[in-house]
Amino acid sequence: MNDILSFIVATLHATVRAGTPLLFAVLGTIFTERSGIMNLGLEGIMLVGAIGGFVVSYNTSNLLLAILVAMIAGAVLGLIHAFFTVTLKINQIVSGLAITMLGSGISGLWGKDYIGVVAERFETISIPFLSDIPVIGRILFQHDLLVYLSLLAVPLMWFFIYKTRGGMTLRAVGEAPEAADARGINVFFIRYLYTIIGGSITAIGGAYLSLAYNSMWIENMTAGRGWIAIALVLFATWDPYKALLGAYLFGGITALGLRMQAVGTHISPDFLKMLPYLLTIVVLFFTSTDRLKRKVGAPASLGIPYSREDRT
Amino acid sequence: MKIKIEKRLNTPRYLSLVVPILSIFAALLIMFIILTIFFMGRMGSFQGAFSETVSAYKELIAWPFFNQYGLYSTISKMVPLAFVALGLSFAYKMKIWNIGGEGQLYMGALAATWAALFLFRGITSPLLLITLVAIFSAIAGALWALIPALMKAYAKTDEIVVTLMLNYVAIFWVDYLVYGPWRDPKGFGFPGTAAFPEPAMLPTFFDGNVHIGIFIAIAFAILLQYINLKTQWGFNSKIVGDNIKAATYSGIKVKKYTIISLVVSGSIAGLGGGVQMMGMQHRLMHGFSPGYGYTAIIVAWLAKLNPIAVIFVSFLFGGLLVGNDQLQMFYKLPISLISIFQGLVLFCLLGGEAIAAYRLKIEKAEEATANE
Repeated sequence: MNDILSFIVATLHATVRAGTPLLFAVLGTIFTERSGIMNLGLEGIMLVGAIGGFVVSYNTSNLLLAILVAMIAGAVLGLIHAFFTVTLKINQIVSGLAITMLGSGISGLWGKDYIGVVAERFETISIPFLSDIPVIGRILFQHDLLVYLSLLAVPLMWFFIYKTRGGMTLRAVGEAPEAADARGINVFFIRYLYTIIGGSITAIGGAYLSLAYNSMWIENMTAGRGWIAIALVLFATWDPYKALLGAYLFGGITALGLRMQAVGTHISPDFLKMLPYLLTIVVLFFTSTDRLKRKVGAPASLGIPYSREDRT
Repeated sequence: MKIKIEKRLNTPRYLSLVVPILSIFAALLIMFIILTIFFMGRMGSFQGAFSETVSAYKELIAWPFFNQYGLYSTISKMVPLAFVALGLSFAYKMKIWNIGGEGQLYMGALAATWAALFLFRGITSPLLLITLVAIFSAIAGALWALIPALMKAYAKTDEIVVTLMLNYVAIFWVDYLVYGPWRDPKGFGFPGTAAFPEPAMLPTFFDGNVHIGIFIAIAFAILLQYINLKTQWGFNSKIVGDNIKAATYSGIKVKKYTIISLVVSGSIAGLGGGVQMMGMQHRLMHGFSPGYGYTAIIVAWLAKLNPIAVIFVSFLFGGLLVGNDQLQMFYKLPISLISIFQGLVLFCLLGGEAIAAYRLKIEKAEEATANE
């Protein structure tokens, strides 16, 4: 009995760890998509975040600076995406693909001389008292700083989006840019701003991989997490709380696969590794109809460039 | 005199050739700057970094395009690229974003291996065996694309992420086989299957350096061009791509077109996997593709989805893949260099097209006042 309990607790603890990079990516992208910009470049943004953070941590051992540089790297890719989709109004899907390619290429080049080295990493900080609670304490309160940060970000973001003036502006731009423009909101500026902010938050998810989860740099270490996060934004219906749920659901399936390998099952590890990708397909299937999307509140102008010239 | 920017009413034809070519040069230029910065980090001086980048560029161009043996490699690498890119452009014509070329290629290779090594073991007639293996690989690619096709047609599921997720599933599936049940017992622990039997290998020329897959790819390109230009399918699929509402009103069965275009797209990519196995690798291996399925997206896009142009652009990118391998060996540069280039080309192309939609108009002073 004790064995089963400790297996469950260990799996749930690992769930939180595996879910955190996804959570950052989903939260960042909720910001971007709420402003009406679709960004398929998450994979590339996470990768530059991962290598940017790792390089700084390796050279300076300053983790705060590492996260800052990761965020700047993500912000730069966000800025490029914004320039091409907001100013030049090119196809957002293709621009996102180009961001993914550019990001994975740049991260590979940048990280070429950092393969196999060890850098300063985020250590576990047990929260006093809370971490002593049986079961829950181990699952939730024996983690590193970034995990707590992501947990804190969820209610804050929710409050910002639904309860503040800034959040209302953001939603207005994503829903009805013409109306927002008529009210004197600078649609272009807001879209730039949130694509950049979204990129920098997404990049923290990448940095979590290289500075806490794996604690090293591996080429293409995101392994499709950026794409899974895109599906999770749909699953979360652009709501930070559901993003938490979705990210941990996927963290759970990843953790379960890894734990099952560790205890030795007869299922091939290759099949266990397929699970998150297959689950993504299932999730997409059940969140896909147009009617459902409208009901759950997809930003009405998501993916549509805004142009004053074309206004009728 | 006054300079004005105005939107073009229609883009002249020559620009559709000039913009892609210019964007390749622009991407090469930006990558040159990135590489110089990278080498500066490694070597410390600008002078050294600059000359290192220049010599790297020479290697990148000279070996794959101007050396006999480099050219052989270029042609070999362009074959899987061309197949996948032909498949992708078939779907992109209808604005169906099949990003799953990589997975369809892997599944084609998997099915080809199954057919050649296990299913049709005893067949000794090359023509029969090659045909059977090719058919199996095409069917596997088609089935792999059928999943997103049905989801898109009947549940309106976005195909981008689904096709991409299936890439990972296909790669893990191949890994499972080559590390597990299909691993060659005489392979010294190498993650690959046994070699294909002799009759399942494609004929070669140039002293065995190039296999006939290139001609199959060219034949498919001509066939697809014919379909695009001369058939009802080509005409209707263009309407579906341009305006899905108009297509529905004019009685085109959009669901049917969606499914067929994705399935055909997958089958061509799958066939590419089979041809790669029969012509080049002769065995299924872990990670046999250096991202052909992703490079093919750029190839299709640069070729403006024109099948004949796909062949030429595949040649260019096949060469760049070969050149990239050289740089990896001699300059300790990562394989991901090609991804940087691909991202840059795509941005330059799209940016160039966006800019080409406008033109500069120079007005003389009196005209300008007259207009105001």
